[in-house]
Amino acid sequence: MPYTLKPAEAFDTDVDTTEYLNEHIDTGDRWVLNFGPQHPATHTTLRLVLELDGERIARCTPHIGYLHSGFEKLGEHLDYNQYVTIVSRMNYLSPISNDICWHHAVETLFGIEITPRCKVLRTILAELGRIQDHLLCLGAAALDLGAFTGFLYGFNPREKIYDIMDYVSGQRFHPDWSRVGGAMKDLPDEEVFKRMVKSFIHDDLSRALKELDGLLSRNRIFMDRTRGVGVLSKEDAIAWSASGPIARASGVKRDLRKDEPYLCYADNWDGQGAEAVKFKVPISHEGDVYARFQVRLEEAKQAIGIIDQLIDSIPGGPLDVFADSKMVKPAKEDVYGSIEGLIQHFELIMSNRGWEPPVAEAYGAQETANGELGYYVVSDGGPRAWRARTRPPSFINYQLMPKLIEGHMLADIVAVLGSLNIVAAELDR
Amino acid sequence: MTTDAPKLDNPVFENVKHAFPGKRLRGSEFRGQSTLIVEPDDLHAVLAHLKSDPACDFNFLSDVIGLDYLDYPAETPGRLAVAYLLRSFARDDTLCVKTYLDPSIPTDGIEEDPALYVDSACDLWPGAEWTEREVFDMYGIRFRNHPDLRRILTWGEFPGHPLRKDYPLRGRGERESYRVVDRTSS
Repeated sequence: MPYTLKPAEAFDTDVDTTEYLNEHIDTGDRWVLNFGPQHPATHTTLRLVLELDGERIARCTPHIGYLHSGFEKLGEHLDYNQYVTIVSRMNYLSPISNDICWHHAVETLFGIEITPRCKVLRTILAELGRIQDHLLCLGAAALDLGAFTGFLYGFNPREKIYDIMDYVSGQRFHPDWSRVGGAMKDLPDEEVFKRMVKSFIHDDLSRALKELDGLLSRNRIFMDRTRGVGVLSKEDAIAWSASGPIARASGVKRDLRKDEPYLCYADNWDGQGAEAVKFKVPISHEGDVYARFQVRLEEAKQAIGIIDQLIDSIPGGPLDVFADSKMVKPAKEDVYGSIEGLIQHFELIMSNRGWEPPVAEAYGAQETANGELGYYVVSDGGPRAWRARTRPPSFINYQLMPKLIEGHMLADIVAVLGSLNIVAAELDR
Repeated sequence: MTTDAPKLDNPVFENVKHAFPGKRLRGSEFRGQSTLIVEPDDLHAVLAHLKSDPACDFNFLSDVIGLDYLDYPAETPGRLAVAYLLRSFARDDTLCVKTYLDPSIPTDGIEEDPALYVDSACDLWPGAEWTEREVFDMYGIRFRNHPDLRRILTWGEFPGHPLRKDYPLRGRGERESYRVVDRTSS
């Protein structure tokens, strides 16, 4: 097992038809190199077994599963609100997007239409999650190729997003903020939240994106290292189920925010004819590492516009659809001060009470920073999901790794790996 | 919470029914999402038809999902299931194609079960490679003509299929009793 390579007839780029190998005289000096699982350039725990010809990669086999911790099995044993804590931990770059997507799928199953206020807040936070993810990926693209400054340009403003998440949910890293039909609690102070978000997107983020753009987009070294590296054609992107910026950088016109609109990306989201938020979906046709960088940069810029359209018009009214019923945890003073509050709290906390969804199954997907994140939720009518399947964009996009890297140089691995933006916790679940 | 009345007016259902006369096909719809249930032996042919027929044009495979319905409260045609989530970019449509399988030997081991076989969709969508490997790893459902059917998330000798419902949440002590390799024996 340790140094096994994928069988030669396996379903990736055929070694014999890789262009470079045709014009190359094989000296019979191929050797096998193990890359990872612990290596700074893999960002997390990834392992590649490479067959090298000099410094060229003749064959590449990813071995995954080092972080497998049975998240989907846990999803069958935690209720619809508890599982959000696990979902958060699947993606440590933009956990809020996963929270929102999980409850989007659960609400699809339950048939719940959330309140306009909740939709606006979820959209703003989901876009912040996208920015959070893209900033790290853009910064790491520079770091992996040796430009440490770029990484700091990307990483510093993320701190502000953590502050916003902390303010909204009480946790910096894993907000676990959403709940079925709403959120764990309303904003502590709307004005403070608005000020924090505005100051972040207009000051910190705009400057960071400008700096990253200025430092890398026309940087000779960066362009030499990324253009024409790891090229993915449009046909291959579709055939290999790629989604998100990786597919869009290859010319696939696909964004769930436009194609299957949800939250504030859909028209008439407030029930009174409100228009969908306006934004552009960046597409590139190059399909290389540089194109993916550009698409992510532009998506982060578009996210500023989306937040701008919503931040000043957060509707009032209740956040939770169940605000007047018994499905929301009561305030602590009610729990300790009134018998009704105590009963309600008890009913919600006891594991054999709670949700009574239809016995059915539904799939809910959203466009997160890495691509189509979806949850296939099967319910048996009880408080827990019968099956909580994740459609993990990282896992499905990572299949492309051997295809993208074969024929390239050893040093290009980090460039391609960074451009795929693999989140190992989501990859292995 | 309301349950939508089932209505099967998806034109794809009609299309598949015409293309496969005499085959046992079932359809269901919930919250606007259509599911087509086929027999395991017809799965590959139906998927190929859905991909190539211009009226269906499901060009994108979103996900391959394994499911276990042991002691599920509703009636299901079999215990285990594999579902393929398909999308059509041109028609902006989604379809779930599902097939049910019944194991013929006890399901607490990892022995190869001849009843748990379906044809792989890797020749139609190469992107099915890893998702099908995961279904094999987690449920022990094997895929014929799969280019590289190995376990993917657990290690090669893992003695179980962890997402089956009869596999306990805390495992069967695999981690505790796993062979330890030290410097002298490695």
